[in-house]
Amino acid sequence: MTKEELIQSENLVYKKPRLLNDTTMHYCPGCSHSLVHKLVAEIIEEMNIEGDTIGICPVGCAVFAYRYIDIDWLEAAHGRAPALASAVKRMWPDHLVFTYQGDGDLACIGTGETIHALNRGENITVIFINNAIYGMTGGQMAPTTLMGMKTSTCPYGRQADLHGYPLQITDIAATLPGTCYVTRQSVHTVANISKAKKAIRKAFENSMNHKGASFVEIVSTCSAGWKMTPDKANQWMEENMFKNYPLGDLKNE
Amino acid sequence: MEEQEYILLKGNEAIAHAAIRCGCDGFFGYPITPQSEIIETLALEKPWETTGMVVLQAESELASINMVYGGGATGKRVMTSSSSPGVALMQEGITYMAGAEIPGLIVNVQRGGPGLGTIQPSQSDYIQATRGGGNGDYNTIVLAPATVQEMADFVDLSFELAFKYRTPVMMLSDGVIGQMMEKVKLPPFKARLTRDEIEEKYPWAATGKRKPGQSPRIFTSLDLDPQVMEDHNKDLQQKYSTIKENEVRYEQKYCDDADYVVVAFGSAARISTKAIETLREEGLKVGLFRPITLWPFPEKELLELSQHVKGFICIEINAGQMVDDIRLAIKCSKPVVQYGRMGGMVPTPEEIAEVIKQNAR
Repeated sequence: MTKEELIQSENLVYKKPRLLNDTTMHYCPGCSHSLVHKLVAEIIEEMNIEGDTIGICPVGCAVFAYRYIDIDWLEAAHGRAPALASAVKRMWPDHLVFTYQGDGDLACIGTGETIHALNRGENITVIFINNAIYGMTGGQMAPTTLMGMKTSTCPYGRQADLHGYPLQITDIAATLPGTCYVTRQSVHTVANISKAKKAIRKAFENSMNHKGASFVEIVSTCSAGWKMTPDKANQWMEENMFKNYPLGDLKNE
Repeated sequence: MEEQEYILLKGNEAIAHAAIRCGCDGFFGYPITPQSEIIETLALEKPWETTGMVVLQAESELASINMVYGGGATGKRVMTSSSSPGVALMQEGITYMAGAEIPGLIVNVQRGGPGLGTIQPSQSDYIQATRGGGNGDYNTIVLAPATVQEMADFVDLSFELAFKYRTPVMMLSDGVIGQMMEKVKLPPFKARLTRDEIEEKYPWAATGKRKPGQSPRIFTSLDLDPQVMEDHNKDLQQKYSTIKENEVRYEQKYCDDADYVVVAFGSAARISTKAIETLREEGLKVGLFRPITLWPFPEKELLELSQHVKGFICIEINAGQMVDDIRLAIKCSKPVVQYGRMGGMVPTPEEIAEVIKQNAR
């Protein structure tokens, strides 16, 4: 069988989503962002809504998401993505409008914008990458940093008396009447990637169907910030992150 | 076109009615005295049931301005309003809008400061408004209404300028104009633009990438390559030069034979007008020069005027902010004295007349 004979659509088992730009990503090896980007691109393509989709980038590692997924994008100030998304969705009520934010952006500097956009029941999707650390700025403590976890601004480990506690923002989101779907997923195994994809798709469908705010947390690794190999980071996440951030739906209406 | 009748409105109310009428797509705001009537009037009028305009009370001024960033990027006419402490909070969003070249309208009905200050009128945000106000090299177009009529008229004008130059525009008013009632003729109704119209008129707007092969619209103020960022800054400065060249607005009264000219904007200008008219009756040759655009500042016009007068008296309701711009404009060629009140105190026409008399000799 020649190469030409082999390259047939019926033989295709995997391909890069069309909406994922053919460029080099700046993400570190083992980072969860690139996988979630791929899922987002795939789902928009599968739902055939790229002409009615606007994404909102955060400040943080995903600040350049607009370079990687081929749709219209707005780059927000740090933490303000849900405010932008609220307005964009109200201007284009039939569009898919989603934010893509990290823990510092969403659960620290933008806590107010996050909670109020969700609580207004804005018909948007919030994708929340929680790796418990500030990746972009070089490994500082995040609102979701685990107790005892070492970062460059809590080098002896997070202590309650010095730093307070990890913020359970996803649990808070689930208590808000404006949210219709709140779930916590991960992308560290093939099975989990598949579940995360279903979750994001459901959230996007909710947004298109005006069901309220959907919130998808992806418990993620930051091998560079955690100073671990990608493989070790996955293992550490399973052993430590999932205790504090257990996977599954928190709300599904 | 229907002929509008004069009605009696507060300045703040006039802004709300003008917004609905000029095809505004969205208002995002947070209550603060002395401008809350703007969002209250909009809430009462329910434009979402008539023109489809969105009215949303945000959780903070930070959220409000970032909603304006989001809405403006979609090619829609969106606005916010606040007063001094709230506008201070909005500076983050304004500089991001300037950087990402997003149009939008910010109304500042100023009150006295610093800090929480007072709820009484002031003009003490002049420097913040005319120098950009946030981080980085940028300017916003600043219009200073002096009447309730101008509160209404400048809403549409602000949007026209904002979209012409893809830049945030500020209406710098104050508690006097916001709260006082005056007769006003509201502008005629103008339809909101449809998606097709926006895509035709503003191809840069984030409407969704629905044409095959179309480049995505990306709004960002970020680039890590300093050369790219310098080039972007140069483009912005070029745009600001064009605005300076084309958009200066001002009004002159009694300047033809004037020995001394009062320079004042907004409410200070109308109080000064009363003082000048009284002094004219007494035979004093005093004129009024009122900058309507505070940025761009009418530099050439003041320089020209400086050649025919003995001096200038700057009246502003602050510690002395615009006075520096006057001195720069006239290259310090004539004496310029400044008089102002602070902390929410508003000068009376008699007080201003006395200041003019003392200095116009």
